[in-house]
Amino acid sequence: MAHFKKKQAGTKQEVPTSAMPDVVFMLLFFFMVTTVLREVTLKVKIDLTKATNIEKIEEKRLVSYIYIGPERLPGNKLGNDKVQIDDSIQEDIGAIRQIMYDKLLEEQRMIVSLRVDESSEFGLLTDVQEELKQAQTFRINYSTKSEN
Amino acid sequence: MLLKKRERESAEINGSSMADIAFLLLIFFLVTTTINVDTGIGMVLPPPVTEDNPPPPIKERNLMKILVNNAGLVTMDDEPTPIEEVQTKLIEFIKNPEQSEELSASPQAAIVSLKTVRETPYRIYIDMLDEVIGAYAILRNEAALANYGREYGSLNEEQRKAVDDIYPKKISIAEPDPE
Repeated sequence: MAHFKKKQAGTKQEVPTSAMPDVVFMLLFFFMVTTVLREVTLKVKIDLTKATNIEKIEEKRLVSYIYIGPERLPGNKLGNDKVQIDDSIQEDIGAIRQIMYDKLLEEQRMIVSLRVDESSEFGLLTDVQEELKQAQTFRINYSTKSEN
Repeated sequence: MLLKKRERESAEINGSSMADIAFLLLIFFLVTTTINVDTGIGMVLPPPVTEDNPPPPIKERNLMKILVNNAGLVTMDDEPTPIEEVQTKLIEFIKNPEQSEELSASPQAAIVSLKTVRETPYRIYIDMLDEVIGAYAILRNEAALANYGREYGSLNEEQRKAVDDIYPKKISIAEPDPE
């Protein structure tokens, strides 16, 4: 009886894995570049409200943030509404004018993103807005989440 | 003579664990990355009112005064309005299809003034602002469909500007009265 030889293709069964580190490194670099580590520690509680008619801020480097919300106190308690710019709480609302004006000089097209807690009162916000008007920073953005 | 017995060590660095290290870093960055997009309602504040820069005069009929109290109750030109009807009333005011003497003379002249009290929670204020912007979004979409047969979102820059000129978004955030 004739003996049939197995006519299998001579290719290897394994997937070559030598390029895997390269692929992984590529992904790694992508995520390293896109990662933004949290730049400020929030000293106020911010729960953003929701809205439907919102737009995206495309140029993130133009944005400077103002946080308004109840102050976080030790022991998980919340205090009165406070304004936080960068890393510190601004007790004196009148000082905001100078801070924002200095920032505007660095970047003329600055957008001020107001991140306000949903339960904060409008009064404090309007005081801040008045300061922004005085500082000539007219472009603002009320930060909200998307409704859906 | 002594024989060299030691084997020569390989000069290469073992690279097989490189992938593992890279994976570890990759997972770290994957976890810490938040691709967050900032979304919100964009506004432009008016310049501060000074004595040599008074606000421009506005005809009464072109101004829609929306007042919101701290409980979220709304009046539009001194008329109590449920929040669901705000948008329809605004659209009627801006377009003024019957050329009523009471409502805005033209969509270009219409100004919406939003006023709240100091105690109003931010949430209610934003909800109200959202309604106003929603009304303009509906109107602009209508104009886009009528003029170009496409949604506002898919228009190009030039067409979008033309539509914006038909319905300019004039929203004034009034300061609350001091107590």
